[in-house]
Amino acid sequence: MRVGVITFPGSNCDEDCSFSLGQLEGVEVSRLWHKDTASLGELDLIVLPGGFSYGDYLRTGAMAAISPIMSAVKEYASRGGRVFGICNGFQILCESGLLPGALVKNQKLGFICKEVTIEVGDPSPWTAPLSTGTQLKLPIAHGEGRFVVDPTTYSEMKKHGQIAFRYLEDLNGSFEKIAGITNREKNVCGMMPHPERAADLKSRDGMKIWNALLRQVREKA
Amino acid sequence: MKARIHIFYKDSVFDPQGNTVAASLQRLGFNTVKDVRIGKVIDVTLEAKRIEDARIEIGKMCEKLLVNPVIESYRLESIEA
Repeated sequence: MRVGVITFPGSNCDEDCSFSLGQLEGVEVSRLWHKDTASLGELDLIVLPGGFSYGDYLRTGAMAAISPIMSAVKEYASRGGRVFGICNGFQILCESGLLPGALVKNQKLGFICKEVTIEVGDPSPWTAPLSTGTQLKLPIAHGEGRFVVDPTTYSEMKKHGQIAFRYLEDLNGSFEKIAGITNREKNVCGMMPHPERAADLKSRDGMKIWNALLRQVREKA
Repeated sequence: MKARIHIFYKDSVFDPQGNTVAASLQRLGFNTVKDVRIGKVIDVTLEAKRIEDARIEIGKMCEKLLVNPVIESYRLESIEA
């Protein structure tokens, strides 16, 4: 299975995504640069990672949405190709029109960085076999994660089962506590929380450094 | 030619910045303040023979990049040679 991870100028979760996905059995990660316009047809999945593409200039995701590679991504998606956006990747997918709605400044303006509980919403290939209501603990790290959408579009989204994830509690003022959505065809999905930051079982060696630090301080005392 | 574009969140989109500034103004004693909305101003210098051409060009720019119609609306404030 070939997964493409796109790096835009200012992406900062591209390494984490590539590493995290690369740990999975049978996954081959291809790194893509935002200026690549080659055919993406051989990929099984394209991931738009989090970060601050183009320094969030103009609007989050606005500049990345018109990057050269995004024309190819749109074409890939229009043929049914699977596209997944995390955090800034989600913002880019909304800006490019691949997903409905938009993500704007959090209700209380602050940048929120913490672990939160979300629950699986409408059933979709993005969450199967997890059933609706399954709770997940994932970190969020965003200043502009308040999902907004007009009521007409929302009722269409609800009708077509496009609400992929909701926060358990209201965190950022997101409409109907929405944390992630899909397009109507269910081949494009975006979410604000970061699965790649909660999917690393490979090394606990960081604990050895923390333990050494503690030991050093204790011995000095 | 020089064009000035004003961009604001649509009325239906909550503007937390404007809301916070409104509360601060009221705290300072400006009890007349009912609401504050904060937007942005974009100045574009462009080449165009006629104002009408520039106006059409600016409209396209707003559509393609400068404005997200899902959340924002805009007004071409001025356009001059």
